[in-house]
Amino acid sequence: MKQYANVLDRPISKGKQEVSLSGFAFLFSELVQYNQTQVDNIAELERRLEDAGYAVGTRILELLCHREKGNRRETRLLGILSFVHSTVWKVLFGKVADSLEKGTEHEDEYMISEKELLVNRFISIPKDMGAFNCGAFVAGIVRGVLDNAGFPAVVSAHFVPVDGQQRPRTTILIKFAEEVLQREARLG
Amino acid sequence: MAPAAPRSDEAIFASVEHVNSELFTLTYGAIVRQLLTDLEEVEEVNKQLDQMGYNIGIRLVDEFLAKSNVSKCVDFKETAEVGFKMFLGITASVTNWDAEGTTCSLILEDNPLVDFVELPDTCQDLYYCNIFSGIIRGALEMVSMKTEVTWVRDMLRGDDAFELKVKLLKQVSEEYPYKDDE
Repeated sequence: MKQYANVLDRPISKGKQEVSLSGFAFLFSELVQYNQTQVDNIAELERRLEDAGYAVGTRILELLCHREKGNRRETRLLGILSFVHSTVWKVLFGKVADSLEKGTEHEDEYMISEKELLVNRFISIPKDMGAFNCGAFVAGIVRGVLDNAGFPAVVSAHFVPVDGQQRPRTTILIKFAEEVLQREARLG
Repeated sequence: MAPAAPRSDEAIFASVEHVNSELFTLTYGAIVRQLLTDLEEVEEVNKQLDQMGYNIGIRLVDEFLAKSNVSKCVDFKETAEVGFKMFLGITASVTNWDAEGTTCSLILEDNPLVDFVELPDTCQDLYYCNIFSGIIRGALEMVSMKTEVTWVRDMLRGDDAFELKVKLLKQVSEEYPYKDDE
């Protein structure tokens, strides 16, 4: 394998390489377990997982903009949302997200839903942890992508029980900052 | 009934579910970054990575034995090659056996953990892939082999490949948790 002095000179991979799902699941479980030892409460744990995801999101945005979109920037809200829902999801999880919806109660809320989030597949939450959701990691990824694309938002992950389904589905709730909506209105 | 013949490592890798290796790489990077922020000392981070790898290894070995159909009296070579292929999709080679057959070198040509990674000057002593040494140590301990795993070559430090030295310290006999006469 050719050695490059500088990592920036190396050619970017095509993104087709894969590892086993169980390898990733083991790694993710260690991430969660390590963070559990560092915090006292659930909110802190979610925040730490989200921060870890934020770093992933920042980098995946840069990589995908260059590789998949030919360095074109998204400037419209719907554009960036569909980028996250389709391109980012497809690259990271192998499929586009199950659905993308606009919130009915608030203008600035959007929801991306997934029947079974990849990171939650092998995780079961004990009763005493209440509403904790490891999808906070994915919420962090989305926040990292949106923030660095110029669409600051507050992103969180929630379980939504579904009739007829044993495991609840996961919804990533995105609440955009005021400036994003103002800019969107200005652009017409 | 005779046990099924061991499947080739390519076949096993093809039969497990896959995930994009970039997600894997970036998640590992986030873990290392968190550790560096929390622990600050590079030596501490190395130890913590090894410990995390150990925790993974003790559970990973169950899945490995279940899926790969290798028999118990197996040698390092097959285990290592099949194991790395099965979980990471990479080819590992086992070489440099010493005279007693207790030490060998595991060489990794490509490594999904280090795509996009460069070590800054402040972290030159960091063994970025130290999680591997923990995984190998943990997995082997669960099959009754106490080993010591050290890094010989590290591509992030300028070498041409990743090389781990695995040394067998002793074979631990299986202990039953209960005494027969109690």
